[in-house]
Amino acid sequence: MGAGAEDTAALEAQLFAYLENIPDPEIPVLNIVEMGIVRGVVVSPQSVLVTITPTYMGCPAMDFIAEDVVRVVSGAPDFNGRTVEVKLVYSPAWTTDWLSQDARNRLEEYGISPPDRSVRGPKRCPHCHAPDTKLVSEFGSTACKAHYRCLSCDEPFEHFKCL
Amino acid sequence: MSKDQFEYVLRAGDDALILGQQLGLLTGHGPVIEEDIALTNIGLDQIGQARAWLSLAGRLEHAASSELTLRDEDALTFLRDAPEFCNCLLVERPNGDFGDTIARQFLYDNYAVLWLEAMTASSNDEMAGIAAKSVKEARYHLQHSSRWVLRLGDGTTESHSRMQASLGRMWPYVNELFDVDELTTRAASEGWGVDPSKLRSAWDAGVNAVLAEATLSRPDDDFSMRGGRTGSHTEAFGFMLAEMQFLQRAYPDCNW
Repeated sequence: MGAGAEDTAALEAQLFAYLENIPDPEIPVLNIVEMGIVRGVVVSPQSVLVTITPTYMGCPAMDFIAEDVVRVVSGAPDFNGRTVEVKLVYSPAWTTDWLSQDARNRLEEYGISPPDRSVRGPKRCPHCHAPDTKLVSEFGSTACKAHYRCLSCDEPFEHFKCL
Repeated sequence: MSKDQFEYVLRAGDDALILGQQLGLLTGHGPVIEEDIALTNIGLDQIGQARAWLSLAGRLEHAASSELTLRDEDALTFLRDAPEFCNCLLVERPNGDFGDTIARQFLYDNYAVLWLEAMTASSNDEMAGIAAKSVKEARYHLQHSSRWVLRLGDGTTESHSRMQASLGRMWPYVNELFDVDELTTRAASEGWGVDPSKLRSAWDAGVNAVLAEATLSRPDDDFSMRGGRTGSHTEAFGFMLAEMQFLQRAYPDCNW
């Protein structure tokens, strides 16, 4: 079994790609890599260390995500029976700035108003794209979202808060 | 130093844990659905912060005396008795009416934001990291509790008088937040902790501004209740602990 630096780097990149198959349990339109939850993958001849960070400290999805990571990593080709460790880190603190423009677009298509630092609250209704919206509740169905209503089409929607 | 750090971090963990437990008790009991979700979401954040602090506390304790068994966040939460908890008394005040819940949250959030902001400069990287993550959540909690203080204080005659009364009931528990003792002195002088007395003037300014806008008067009674940091708790604490710990005490290590 060759475990040169090249092989290691290739396997790390490959594992990252596999982890992109794990959807966020609460926002299935995004995967855990583009959410910024996966912070790093380090491969050694005997082990794989995956570091993850929570969006919010009490996010109950973290335990499920860690289980998914172990399942996906240990099932990868070329994994060769290494041990898998998932480590939870808090620093640097997770921020919505890590979401790419593509991820934000898909959030909106899914019906969730994406975070946008240029405005306070949602920029527009994700359904009809009208700009006038009203805050219903600062807290929504998950810690990362607030609840709004569109003043044009009257539809309720969730807004991914800037953090 | 690790033993000091263990005790210091335990205080932060217990503050977050006990407030989180109190807010969790409101699940399904909020005055309106949005507020039910809000209070329990805030409680969830507090429990998340508690997990981080308590897990760190357990590791620090183990580092200080490796002959002790490592206590994880669950052991510290479910297997300690009341005198071993060192949260401030404010967070263990019963939920009471909605005004009490909001007054407790508002007074605590103002303190938590300042304390966490100061802790981001801790020379201990893990403490600084948890603080930097937590303070983002604490700022949002403060925004929420401040809005309620405004809404209720500057609302109807009934909401105003009840908010004022709730503020009076929580006020005796404020001074303890800023108490200095040997532990906080060593923590601050060694650079990994905070001198809480230095947060007081900023706390006063923040609280006074919101109270003034809410047409509420700041209680002038300086009577203080103390003892939480050294394990002397109020009557309500044991009952809350009994409910929180029952399952693990009755069925040790149970899983589902």
